[in-house]
Amino acid sequence: MEKDPNNILEEVTQGDYKYGFYTDIEMDTAPVGLTEDTVRFISAKKNEPEWLLQYRLDAYHKWLEMTEPTWAHLLHPPISYQDIIFYAAPKKKKELSSLDEVDPELIATFNKLGISLEEQKKLSGVAVDAVIDSVSVKTTFSETLEKQGIIFCSFSEAVQKVPDLVKQYLGTVVPSDDNYFAALNSAVFSDGSFCYIPKGVRCPIELSTYFRINAANTGQFERTLIIGDENSYVSYMEGCTAPMRDENQLHAAIVEIVALKEAEVKYSTVQNWYPGNKKGEGGIYNFVTKRGICKGNNSKISWTQVETGSAITWKYPSVVLMGDNSVGEFYSVAVTNNYQQADTGSKMIHLGRNTKSTIISKGISAGFSNNSYRGLVKMTKRAENSRNFSQCDSLLLGDKCGAHTFPYIKTENKTSIVEHEATTSKISDDQLFYCNQRGISTESAIGLIVNGYAREVLKQLPMEFAVEAQKLLSISLEGSVG
Amino acid sequence: MKIMDGTIVTSYNTRDALLKLYEENSERIGKNDSARISALRKEGISLFKQKGFPHTKLEKWRNTDLSKVLNHNFSFPLEADSGEVDFEEVFKCDVPGFDTFMVAQLNGKFIDRGKIISQSVQGVVVCSLAEAFIKHPGLIEKHFGQYAPASDSSLTALNTAFARDGVFIYVPDNISVTETVQMVNLIHSGNEVFLQTRNLVILGRNSSLRLVQCDDSVDDQIGFINSVTEAVIGENSSLDHYKLQNKNDRSALINNIYFQLEANAVLSTNAISLNGGLIRNEANVKLNGRGAHADILGVYLMDRNQHIDNQVFVDHSQPDCTSNEMFKGILDDHASGVFNGHILVRRDAQRTNAYQNNKNILISDKAVIDTKPFLEIYADDVKCSHGATVGQLDSEAMFYLRSRGIGMENARMLLMYAFAAEIVNRISIPQLRLRIDDLVKKRLRGELSVCDQCVLHCNAKEQKVAFEIDMSRI
Repeated sequence: MEKDPNNILEEVTQGDYKYGFYTDIEMDTAPVGLTEDTVRFISAKKNEPEWLLQYRLDAYHKWLEMTEPTWAHLLHPPISYQDIIFYAAPKKKKELSSLDEVDPELIATFNKLGISLEEQKKLSGVAVDAVIDSVSVKTTFSETLEKQGIIFCSFSEAVQKVPDLVKQYLGTVVPSDDNYFAALNSAVFSDGSFCYIPKGVRCPIELSTYFRINAANTGQFERTLIIGDENSYVSYMEGCTAPMRDENQLHAAIVEIVALKEAEVKYSTVQNWYPGNKKGEGGIYNFVTKRGICKGNNSKISWTQVETGSAITWKYPSVVLMGDNSVGEFYSVAVTNNYQQADTGSKMIHLGRNTKSTIISKGISAGFSNNSYRGLVKMTKRAENSRNFSQCDSLLLGDKCGAHTFPYIKTENKTSIVEHEATTSKISDDQLFYCNQRGISTESAIGLIVNGYAREVLKQLPMEFAVEAQKLLSISLEGSVG
Repeated sequence: MKIMDGTIVTSYNTRDALLKLYEENSERIGKNDSARISALRKEGISLFKQKGFPHTKLEKWRNTDLSKVLNHNFSFPLEADSGEVDFEEVFKCDVPGFDTFMVAQLNGKFIDRGKIISQSVQGVVVCSLAEAFIKHPGLIEKHFGQYAPASDSSLTALNTAFARDGVFIYVPDNISVTETVQMVNLIHSGNEVFLQTRNLVILGRNSSLRLVQCDDSVDDQIGFINSVTEAVIGENSSLDHYKLQNKNDRSALINNIYFQLEANAVLSTNAISLNGGLIRNEANVKLNGRGAHADILGVYLMDRNQHIDNQVFVDHSQPDCTSNEMFKGILDDHASGVFNGHILVRRDAQRTNAYQNNKNILISDKAVIDTKPFLEIYADDVKCSHGATVGQLDSEAMFYLRSRGIGMENARMLLMYAFAAEIVNRISIPQLRLRIDDLVKKRLRGELSVCDQCVLHCNAKEQKVAFEIDMSRI
């Protein structure tokens, strides 16, 4: 049926969160709460080597001594860590060798999400690693990738298959005591994706992970590690959803990216965790540490994110530019509506010479939400002739929301150039009048303007994601009229 | 050297010394206090006791470390001695054509020369704060401590507890003060002094005032000044404010100013920091009435081990207000700079227009700049933007000048001068602008010493400023 363009906004914004269903799958869970035993339980479940258990326990003890950060522009009731189930997995019947053996309930779930594993495999040429609650359920296309020497599998599989690689890089970008949530993740991470691109290989397809929180009262703690060896290239995508619940659920993930000499890694996220209802009840608390390191010369890491979900977003994808001539990029659209709160941005740490970084951040706030950009650009003494350009724009839709910008700039040498600019405004009456005058209704005019506003970031997304992102973006448009 | 009023305290723990000093002298400090002010002082000292001096763990202080400058054997003069200064020297003000009314503070003590401002018949008051406590208790009661909340900073709290002397200015309704009031704050003491000065400026409705605030050192003695100024600008009034800082490298100056603007009031404040060991300028601007406008400008030229910290907080609490911030700085040698701008637009402050900009040039590899332009916005019908840049002199401009036969040094100087001129050119008092223009040129050439004292009676022979072509290079 042809949709009336004038109702699209209404439909999208009034419509309920369409991924809010719950699938009844038999689950294997850890006891509620977090103790040393929980950590041992998770490690034993995954049949992990001793060094990894030690790594977890070490992180756990560090976590105990740390306190939750309070500097972010976020307000939420204290998180009770002892009421969370730290491990939940769909019950495994036997080892899976083909898609046919996956629990049909699970397949149905992913079909509902629009991630048809079967279809993806045949048509789109995207390799998908689907992670439900804590455990990776299926990775498609891995055989094809193996021919090129690319390793793309679940994290626990990688621990068994390539322990040396995991051991070599795990925690090198985000140390286990980096911050409170990183320590928590390092202690209890359950699964996630692992990806290794060998020397000189250009990954022929886009790699994708789909995260889904399903069970109640659980936290999801996935861990992703991407290693781009010399002169390699990979484009990696990540998507996520969760059922609708009244209570808040915790998600504390870590993503680590290592780019060696002349490697390029592109990481795209469309984050659509359940944002809570219109009164601000429920929703995911999303505390994520994402960091990449350009280890070798001429390497490049690019982050693109579209943040529309989560009750609370606390996320600062960063790049450490260590190699000379390396490049870091960060493109972000963050949309908050109702009572959502987002404190997100990027860190660019310039260590090498002639390094370049770009930050483009577009914040859109509506309803009663608060949307903050927080970023750091640091030029160290050695980072001669380095360059940064940052642009953070905020768009306010409605008079009850807030938009904030906290850029930190630190420069320690005289040859680097740092530029930062930011604007905050609403959609001007002039623009609306211009559109109205030409017969475009106010609602669609706003849609048009917002999409144009975010275009700079959306065009960075892989095609598969761009469509989804554009649809998601419309969510925030409610209440902007009048 | 005379011992100042017997209040030399030999303790490295400045905080405890101050608390002890307060305890011992609280009656003397507050002898003219009303009940309200007495309560304010108590609140101030208890807050200071609780928080102590600001430290780098605090977000607002993360880049300015006071521990080193506080670690001295300070004396705390409660009653300044003023016997040793040649007043003729201090008050020699010979800028031709510049009509100023000068008030001076020496070591924190207001110096009474028996002069009164010519418009005093119309009710204009310029006197010491201590005098105002006695002669104008109504005004003090109404305004003192109203704009500088003790909870804002422990240094403000401390200042309120000890506030005794400083400058008091009152301009009644419908008066435009013709003379420029110049406040000179000098330190000339054999001891390492810790001073707390407090100023209060009150402008009624439809009035205007030009105020120049100079902080200078006479010698190279170690000193710490914790100064708080409160200024309230009534409806339709305007205040033109300049801060000139030329201090020695061993001094620390905390300059905390609280402006409150009522409806349609206009403020222009300009901070010019030329020298100083550690300078922190905090400008808190509250736009408290519709249609108020504030220009907050600053330029800083720092070298050696100097540290400059500019904190600007603009609070848009009413609709239809505008603010414009522009800070520019050049840092050389080991100098470090901090800029921390914060614009808060409250929920009902619709149709706000706020702009914030910080531009920096680093001349050496040892210089460091931290800049954080920060926007916090809760209203939707606003136009707010900010920008920050850190860079060097434009290489193309440099090439342009050099290709026309101008030597490297001169070209550099020219470009730096042009960079600073954007702020200097906005000084609206022509005589003052010329003076400061000269000072900036001198400063850039490295010829300005702190001994030049107050900028307005700088007796050094004026050197012709010309950017000559260096023929030897052609």
